Amino acid sequence: MIYLQLFWEFFKIGLFAIGGGPATLPFLMDLTEKYDWFTMADLTNMVAVAESTPGPIGLNMATYAGFHAAGIPGGVTATMSLVLPSVIVIILVAKFLANFSESKTVKAVFFGIRPAVTALIASAVAGLFQVALMTENGIAVKPLILCAIVFGLMHLKKLKNLHPAFWLLGAAVLGIVFKF
Amino acid sequence: MNWKELWQLYAAFFRIGGLTFGGGLTMLPMLKHELVGKKNWITEEELIDCYAIGQCTPGIIAVNTATFVGYRRQGIPGGIFATLGMVSPSLVIITMVASFLQALMDNVYFQHAMMGIKGVVCALMLNTVITLAKKSLVNPICIVICIAAFLLAFFTPVPTIAIVVLAGICGVILDKMGGTVK
Repeated sequence: MIYLQLFWEFFKIGLFAIGGGPATLPFLMDLTEKYDWFTMADLTNMVAVAESTPGPIGLNMATYAGFHAAGIPGGVTATMSLVLPSVIVIILVAKFLANFSESKTVKAVFFGIRPAVTALIASAVAGLFQVALMTENGIAVKPLILCAIVFGLMHLKKLKNLHPAFWLLGAAVLGIVFKF
Repeated sequence: MNWKELWQLYAAFFRIGGLTFGGGLTMLPMLKHELVGKKNWITEEELIDCYAIGQCTPGIIAVNTATFVGYRRQGIPGGIFATLGMVSPSLVIITMVASFLQALMDNVYFQHAMMGIKGVVCALMLNTVITLAKKSLVNPICIVICIAAFLLAFFTPVPTIAIVVLAGICGVILDKMGGTVK
């Protein structure tokens, strides 16, 4: 029953992906090993779409992943399952724990989790690099060069706040013109 | 039940979800405009509190904020309506884009475009990691936890959930040992 599996997997992601959108990436990568819903290569497309469309990145990724796995009902199931733990936890916190974010234990737990989440995302991105920048014939030279150039440009003061969609659009044009 | 305000909650968060790119912190100005400026539903201080809670609870920060504000205004139905409003634009837009892209997959030009896009996705994600690292690696202990988690995540099959739980336990133990947490 794919919808039940989607529900269960995305419910778990909603419960354990702490730190927002990009934190869902390592979990989605776990799914590529467990199911044949989508591949690592599909994930790069999902990141591109999620970053260049409106809405929270985590929701966009979940909708896309669910859609890839089981069409429109799959997208709806994945997204609803992802937000369900949030709704439950937040209502409980709002109702019973007035000083939740001030609690010493909560602070201690997050002191440990925050750097680990950075590591998890870094590890997922390293995996993404392998998939996106390698082909059967070795390193994909043109995308790699583009990646390096764009990364450099993004840190220029004038271009710092440029929207990701512009970079992605530019990359699409370059990809077609130079036959990447 | 106040149906009018439930509908307003849905509509406000629909606009917020449908008009902001990126989620998380980039949503703050839009939230302020809709919730503090236009509707007077919460004060700016309460919004900051919402964000603090949204960041230290599981899940998507934007969704957590929506649930929290909705709950404050109209109880559990408010939380649900606000969350549905936040989710709706993503569902509609992504489903359309995904169907459209699937139809293009075999097109040669599209494949070239996607290869270019992959390069930029890598650059964007690398940037995300660096921004996060700057924010989260504030002292040597954080760096040690980060390196340990990376080694586990990248080189071993330990599931992501286990690493998150382990890191949380580490935080509590460290706190009990020496009170490193502010």
